[in-house]
Amino acid sequence: MSRGRPGRDDSPDRLYTLTGGRSRAGSDAFDLVTLVVSESDPVPGMQSEHAAILRMCRLPTAVVEVAAGLGLPVSITRILLADLHDTGRISARHPRASYRLPDHDILEQVLVGLRNL
Amino acid sequence: MDSVTSEQRRTLHSTADNGLKIVVVGGFGVGKTTLVRSVSEIRPLNTEETMTQAGEGVDDTAGVAAKSATTVAFDFGRISFDAHNVLYLFGAPGQERFWFLWDRLFSGTLGAVVLVDTRRLADSWYAIDRLEHHGTPFVVACNDFGGPAHTPARIRGALDLADEVPLVMCDARSRESSKQVLITLVEHLRTVVAPAVRPVPQPIPEPAP
Repeated sequence: MSRGRPGRDDSPDRLYTLTGGRSRAGSDAFDLVTLVVSESDPVPGMQSEHAAILRMCRLPTAVVEVAAGLGLPVSITRILLADLHDTGRISARHPRASYRLPDHDILEQVLVGLRNL
Repeated sequence: MDSVTSEQRRTLHSTADNGLKIVVVGGFGVGKTTLVRSVSEIRPLNTEETMTQAGEGVDDTAGVAAKSATTVAFDFGRISFDAHNVLYLFGAPGQERFWFLWDRLFSGTLGAVVLVDTRRLADSWYAIDRLEHHGTPFVVACNDFGGPAHTPARIRGALDLADEVPLVMCDARSRESSKQVLITLVEHLRTVVAPAVRPVPQPIPEPAP
């Protein structure tokens, strides 16, 4: 992580510049652990953050990892992801677990996975 | 054919499609990041979330640059289990003022580990209270800082911990010990979830006279 942390240290103005003035995504489509996959390559002239996301997500990458990779807050990252999702440049694999009732089979798989660590 | 190299571990399998969450909650300096690092396949990463406090989900704050916002930073690590499932471990700040963020950030979590330092048990009261209130299943893990040993009964008493909540001792620096904490949590989750899925064997009732 050689680059700075614009989300923390810079003027908030910069973040609004990145998102065209928006402060939240249109929906809660992207969970922290939603896995994002690029559906296209960056094209010339694309916003650099969008291009960075497309390069980062050639293999599935969680929203929270994208945020850490960009050095941006998760909320800003969600807006950038929504832009790409709306234009079909990324796809999203949402978590299957639902609140309060984790699936028994999933728990078994997690248990096996942990024991094999 | 994918070869298993250290670089391979840094990226997920192309078929990964199910992200899972476990949250490690605890006060400052209790070892949350240490525990995450012990079991994570990636070096723990740090990111942050900015949220407006009042009116979140009620007010339309789009374009309102001056709306006061709170930033919370958190660490996370990752364990990919198989071609589909990948578990993210989040180290969440346990301080009271962050908890409105916690609820939203970590919704959908499988469960939580409350990491405590037996020398500062009071630091965990609020976290435990909040998890109980929220209905999030959790276990309590006492990170061993080499202080005087306390009996589990005394720790349970001091934390006012319900009998069904597992309490384990751990060394967050140890991969094996941290792994055991997570296994304890998932085994606990299984007992919490099981009644809804399959009937738990009941004691045979006394025959009626």
